[in-house]
Amino acid sequence: MKQITAVIKPFKLDDVKTAMKGAGVQGMTVTEVKGFGRQGGHTEVYRGAEYQVDLVPKVRLDAVVDDGDVAAILEALIAAAATGEIGDGKVWVTDVQEITRIRTGEKGTDAV
Amino acid sequence: MDSGAIAWVLVSSALVLFMTPGLALFYGGMTRSKNVLNMLNMNLYCMAVIPVLWVVLGYTLAFGGSGDGGWIGNLDFVGLKDVFPDPTGETIVFSVFQLTFAVITPALISGAVADRLKFSAWAVFVPVWALLVYSPIAHWVFAGGWLADLGALDFAGGAVVHMNAGAAALAVILLLGKRHGWPNTPMPPHNLTMTMLGTGILFFGWFGFNAGSALAADGIAAVAFLNTFVAAAAGGLVWTAVEWFKDGHPTTLGVCSGIVAGLVAITPCAGFVGGLAPLAIGAGAGMLCFFAIQMKYRFGYDDSLDVVGVHLVGGLFGSLVLGLFADSAVNPLVVDEGLFLGGGVTLLIDQAIAAAATIGFAFVVTMLIAKAIDATIGLRVSESEEQQGLDLTLHAEAGYNLADHS
Repeated sequence: MKQITAVIKPFKLDDVKTAMKGAGVQGMTVTEVKGFGRQGGHTEVYRGAEYQVDLVPKVRLDAVVDDGDVAAILEALIAAAATGEIGDGKVWVTDVQEITRIRTGEKGTDAV
Repeated sequence: MDSGAIAWVLVSSALVLFMTPGLALFYGGMTRSKNVLNMLNMNLYCMAVIPVLWVVLGYTLAFGGSGDGGWIGNLDFVGLKDVFPDPTGETIVFSVFQLTFAVITPALISGAVADRLKFSAWAVFVPVWALLVYSPIAHWVFAGGWLADLGALDFAGGAVVHMNAGAAALAVILLLGKRHGWPNTPMPPHNLTMTMLGTGILFFGWFGFNAGSALAADGIAAVAFLNTFVAAAAGGLVWTAVEWFKDGHPTTLGVCSGIVAGLVAITPCAGFVGGLAPLAIGAGAGMLCFFAIQMKYRFGYDDSLDVVGVHLVGGLFGSLVLGLFADSAVNPLVVDEGLFLGGGVTLLIDQAIAAAATIGFAFVVTMLIAKAIDATIGLRVSESEEQQGLDLTLHAEAGYNLADHS
């Protein structure tokens, strides 16, 4: 099993969620986060005083999936999240050691 | 006063009182979210303490012995003695109207001391300042005191309210010091929608402030109303234009600030000028105050929400240009007309003397009051209280409980 984690532009959430469900994702967790990457932040101006806002609002998605589905889900996710502009975000994949469905106690692939 | 005048001044009093919660929203939106309730509270405290003080002592120190050409009122009205009986209501109406001015003037100072003043210090400062600074200056100008005798004009409080509060604010913040991290740490406004609503309430209430100061339902009230409208609009327009040109964006806070700058500047002039003079006064204030608020970065004083830049500078500007535009055809109280109307420099000089006296007195006496409070109660919260925010540490409340899991 793998965990797919993506940090994307907030307005792309609906597209990405739909695309990932279409590619076989059973569930996901969504978090509002802030961060910076190459995009850097943006500038705000109040009464002539400029403030550099370094941390930009983003949405983080986490989903645990079967090893065999990773490639298709990643492809769908990236296609849906991309705008071609700077700040589209990142996606990464990590190994998951163990997973349990709390209600039933099922483990491994059955619990995904 | 005829019944029309009494009706209008009573309504105006309610309008002016409404400006203080408007000011609270205007300032509250500009603070950081951890200090919003402290800001609202400082303003509402003025609405609670000043009326109590006014009926006991404040009114008599301002308006006792009106017309004496003096420095401070006598004790004829102490505890409202000699006010009752008042079957026509004239004295009561006047004292109520003036009370609303006494409420908002110390409230203006709250914007300069935002984020770091002890509430206990504020609780003592406001009543003491109202008696020792506000009442005397109100006497000089509004009660036929020495500045009125001199010939200086102030229709609705350019000196008594705005220059006074601005100079007092400067004195307090010089003692109080900068907020930790200012100006390197960003301290952006947390809710400009509140500030916009506050601006609208101030604009609305200012019609009572200025047109009500005619103390009659007459042509002068009508002129003051129109002038207030025009100057506010011109101030908002010009501030926006200047910042758009200079900084590249027309900001919401900019148009709000410009409207207030225009309103401040027209205050001393409202019932004394006519024609297109309010256009020049509002526009001039919009431009001048835009640059004036940058002074704090050059001189290093932390005027958190720009009370000095808008109220001291805007009030001074309005009071001085009255020496250019005052028109006896608008108001027979204008004895020496303005320079642009062929009246020479007499009024301009009187206005400058009044401004210097007001600013000097307010600055010095406020400094003494603040020093006394600093030596006893202390003016400033601890660094940890400042970092955690005053809402939690001084008031045990939070302005926003948005992530409530109950």
